[in-house]
Amino acid sequence: MSEPVAISINVNGKSEAATVEPRRLLVHFLREELGLTGTHVGCDTTQCGACTVIMDGQTVKSCTIFAAQADGSEITTIEGVGSDGNLHPMQEGFWEEHGLQCGYCTPGMIMAGIGLLKENPHPSEQEIREGIAGNLCRCTGYQHIVKAIQYAAEKG
Amino acid sequence: MTTIERPAYKVIGSRPVRPDGVEKVTGKAQYAADPRPQGVVFGKILRSPHAHARIVSIDTSEAERHPGVLGIVTAADFPQAEDKVQDLGEGAVNLRELSDNILASEKVLYRGHAIAAVAAASPHEAEAAAQKIRVEYEVLTPVTNVLDAMREDAPLLNETRHTKMMGGQHSERPSNIAAYNQFKAGDADAGLAESDLVVEREFTTSMVHQGYIEPQSSTASWNADGTITIWTSTQGAFVVRAQVAEVLRIPVARIKVIPMEIGGGFGGKIPIYLDPVAALLSKKSGRPVKLSMNRTEVFEGTGPTSGTVISVKAGAKDGKLHAVQATLRYEAGAYPGSPVGAGAMTMLAPYDLEHVEIHTFDVVVNKPKTSAYRAPGSPAAAFAMESVVDELARTLKIDPLQFRLNSASKEGTKQVTGVPFARIGNEEVLNTAMTHPHYTAPIEGPYRGRGVASGYWFNGGMQSSVVVAVNPDGTVNLVEGSTDIGGTRASLAMQLAETLSIPYDAIRPIVADTDSIGHNDVTGGSRTTVASGMAVYQAGQDVIREMSSRAARLWSVTPEDVSYEDGVFHCLKDSTKELTFKELAAQGARTGGPIAGRASLVARGAGGAFGTHIVDVEVDPGTGKTTILRYTAVQDVGTAIHPSYVEGQIQGGVVQGIGWALNEEFVYDENGRMLNSSFLDYRMPTALDVPLIDAVIVEVPNPGHPYGVRGVGEVPIVPPLAAIANAVADATGHRFTQLPLSPRRLIEELDGGD
Repeated sequence: MSEPVAISINVNGKSEAATVEPRRLLVHFLREELGLTGTHVGCDTTQCGACTVIMDGQTVKSCTIFAAQADGSEITTIEGVGSDGNLHPMQEGFWEEHGLQCGYCTPGMIMAGIGLLKENPHPSEQEIREGIAGNLCRCTGYQHIVKAIQYAAEKG
Repeated sequence: MTTIERPAYKVIGSRPVRPDGVEKVTGKAQYAADPRPQGVVFGKILRSPHAHARIVSIDTSEAERHPGVLGIVTAADFPQAEDKVQDLGEGAVNLRELSDNILASEKVLYRGHAIAAVAAASPHEAEAAAQKIRVEYEVLTPVTNVLDAMREDAPLLNETRHTKMMGGQHSERPSNIAAYNQFKAGDADAGLAESDLVVEREFTTSMVHQGYIEPQSSTASWNADGTITIWTSTQGAFVVRAQVAEVLRIPVARIKVIPMEIGGGFGGKIPIYLDPVAALLSKKSGRPVKLSMNRTEVFEGTGPTSGTVISVKAGAKDGKLHAVQATLRYEAGAYPGSPVGAGAMTMLAPYDLEHVEIHTFDVVVNKPKTSAYRAPGSPAAAFAMESVVDELARTLKIDPLQFRLNSASKEGTKQVTGVPFARIGNEEVLNTAMTHPHYTAPIEGPYRGRGVASGYWFNGGMQSSVVVAVNPDGTVNLVEGSTDIGGTRASLAMQLAETLSIPYDAIRPIVADTDSIGHNDVTGGSRTTVASGMAVYQAGQDVIREMSSRAARLWSVTPEDVSYEDGVFHCLKDSTKELTFKELAAQGARTGGPIAGRASLVARGAGGAFGTHIVDVEVDPGTGKTTILRYTAVQDVGTAIHPSYVEGQIQGGVVQGIGWALNEEFVYDENGRMLNSSFLDYRMPTALDVPLIDAVIVEVPNPGHPYGVRGVGEVPIVPPLAAIANAVADATGHRFTQLPLSPRRLIEELDGGD
């Protein structure tokens, strides 16, 4: 097993320095070392998207990135998107349009939605479906999720 | 929305935001894997690589010496559980088998069967140590197919198991057929003989998984005083507590289950897998222990729903369904208890017919022990029955919905159990579907087709307990114990707001731990909005009675002289005297102390419900891919408390059904090894695979509920399998009898049929 690696990552605007095993996944670093449990683990194989975060402006699945690979990057997790009383339009959309049932896929969906609107601020329904095709939801049938992202797009 | 008579509600029928919304959209909501009690360490389960083997020995000595290891448990650490059956709310379980499923003792019965568990300082150390446990196996031949398992010469999972026959007798020979049952009415042979047309087919469905996105995780602490605290995600904290108490043989009151937010369940999070193991590891290590499954463990080690082989012979006479003979064979998995009975009791629910004969077989196979999955047993049975009904109607050149209307069950129709239906909405649903613009629009083009199917679910009642505390500022705490899996905090708060005539926002609902509220059965059987809703209504009435007596005290009149309307208490003796709910709430301390209401009940009259679905598909004959072009789901929901949540339940159920119909299946090799135990290979629908689902709500109030509610969540998964198969038959001219309708199957059968 190789030696631990010193990393420094900016997470939600805060610089985090740590020493991690090379095999440490970014999602486990976020959840276990930083206590940011809003980023969820659903599948281990990059299908479900529950662990989606934004890394240097791109949405990524944090179960497929080593913490060491994220050294020097800027990460936004769901906890850095908005808070009670100051929700991001995407968070508001999921709440107002009932875009969640159990809520487990929600943080990943919100991150994917934010990433989508950054690239395409006014997506069609089909483009929204394409934009979240890497995120699984087993509760909603996706319809209210599509509406939630449309809400955020309209609010701009 | 089609509504059959309904009072003017103020809150019911509106669409407020959910009380748990902010927590869930900000990532603050705590799910099963999230709690980190002080000093927590990590567990890992060792699982069987064999589908069927005798455990000769387990040697943990090397693993114990592994660095960081704090404790190891095997089945030998469990006290012997009682050989008795316990009802879990949606299915029952033999406690000894439950215990054996959690940690195998003498035999492993499926690949992934848990054998031992290790606690260590880190997950990696626990995993490495688990690999050092030496298990000697005598490998046996597995049997993973229900028909093979039923053969007399099949390898036996349990040499001492005899088929439990009707009336409680047992078969002479040992068998993998755990139970045989039958339902009879009229004379099916004679009914078929006198039919105008008879269709006979055999249908096969594969084992499928609930596919909740949150894997199971449990954290347990064996406390200094011998009590146990468990943080887990479950559909029923009280059922976890009861199961753990039985498996560990300790008193119920010594166990506290703290239900975390649940990341989906669909029936799969009723049985326990990790909780007692985490508790014993905590006892051994002296630390809280967290045990989490990965996705492969979820597929291989938790309960999916049964694969089935169902034969149906059905006859039509005078344009109606006349006689049915059916044989249902359901895989139970490693231990008995498939939902075959529910399949038999739901498949003919949409019909009023004279002659019925159904045989059911509950069969053990070397696969995970099945558990409930959304309307357990019903979708596979409906796939078979509704496919045959479709074929009868089409052959007779009768519109398939008209054929169903001709034969429709209604209030008073006897079910296969002999029990007559109460008021049901089957005909209203069929009529709504027939006149829906989707159904009246033409479907044109090559390889395009339309299918319809109906489905039924009983819906559950069972036990609920709630407490309502009125605060001096007029706000209200609603303390309940039913897991909120998809919005029941909102749907219960709405019913309480309606009962109390106060704003929805004034109510704060919470799901309490097992120390803090009376027993509540699982969130399952579509029961929570119905049954906990009844409890909420009664507790609300209790509050109004209590507050009326407080007002009476203030006004020096009797409680009978106080009326309550639209949020205001009136004195019937003096019309100048009135107090709003909020004003009177502030008088608690002066009028006798804190104001609270409560209710504990067994809900009766839950109210069964029907759905009829219409689907248009296009089949690509080159690739075998089926595209869903349009989908309409019509369903009787009694009363839609929160129409957006009702739509969400219908849309979610339909999409699970679409996955079941088109792609999902457990694939096994000849050694009983699952070949697709990841989301990469077990293909669940994405947003791109499904169209907009038009959820059409029909409201035929349930007379058994104060607000007319019927269960909603399970019905919508019942019709899609058959509706899609019927649409594919319409599109291709070929009747498919095996699910899933994967591209490969379509190509093979269509090419073979040419």
